[in-house]
Amino acid sequence: MAKLNVNPTRMEMSNLKKRLVTAKRGHKLLKDKQDELMRRFIELIKKNKSLRMEVERELQESFKDFLIASAVMSPEMLEEAVAYPKESITVDIKKKNIMSVHVPVMNFIRKFDGDEGSIYPYGFAQTSSELDDAISKLYGIMPKLLELAEVEKACQLMANEIEKTRRRVNALEYRTIPDLEETIRYIRMKLDESERSTITRLMKVKDMISKEA
Amino acid sequence: MIYMFKIAVVGDKDSILAFKALGVDVFSVYDSEEARKTVDTIARNNYGIIFITEQIANLIPDTIERYDKEIIPAVILIPSNQGTLNIGMSRINKNVEKAVGSNIL
Repeated sequence: MAKLNVNPTRMEMSNLKKRLVTAKRGHKLLKDKQDELMRRFIELIKKNKSLRMEVERELQESFKDFLIASAVMSPEMLEEAVAYPKESITVDIKKKNIMSVHVPVMNFIRKFDGDEGSIYPYGFAQTSSELDDAISKLYGIMPKLLELAEVEKACQLMANEIEKTRRRVNALEYRTIPDLEETIRYIRMKLDESERSTITRLMKVKDMISKEA
Repeated sequence: MIYMFKIAVVGDKDSILAFKALGVDVFSVYDSEEARKTVDTIARNNYGIIFITEQIANLIPDTIERYDKEIIPAVILIPSNQGTLNIGMSRINKNVEKAVGSNIL
């Protein structure tokens, strides 16, 4: 470890000692933050993974139904059927603070809540039942899809924050703190050395004076 | 802070048409240029979640990455009707690697 480029003075040493105390406290705090973030992250990422698997599987099933529906019906009819949706889904996003990482909390809001028929925006006469199936399945997936969005976003943001924190912890642990310690040691040696040289010089001078007398 | 955000779905038309019935906004795109423009436009226009099919996301990885650090919008990959390319899963694994240093799951 390289020592810092400073003058070996008493004042510099006391400054460095203060900095060392701050660095050590910062390191401890950041380390705690990293540990807690990691714990939360691992919980979340497990949930994220299982959710994604579930959602992907269910979405594929719904797509399959939709494919059959589009095979049974003419493309114009299909497009016309879904062209003017009655339902409208919006999402209400709040921010939650996990260890200084702002993660979104999503709540989705249906315009026609409680009206189960509202997800079919077409008359039943000209459409096939496969389309109904596909859309109702898709509708069933929607809450999970939104949960996935929430969890995945949180994971992403937390992963970034953990990386940043880890860098800081490592920089403090392997660079800043050892550097400071070494510099303090260097200054102390230097001061001790000059003190010893002063004492010997004094003794020598005293000796010379007493011999002359 | 409470805002109302809209939901967007981006992908090829056949995959995402069904979403339209649910009242979320769908944007059908076919090439990377179009996809990039669409995602950037809707990201500015008060959309909280953008679902994008993996096939399209595969064409514009830089654009997707740009929104990773923002809280809003959340860009989430979904499989298309041609099946999954496993990009979504690999993104989760990448996050784990980034945070932990190695893939522990």
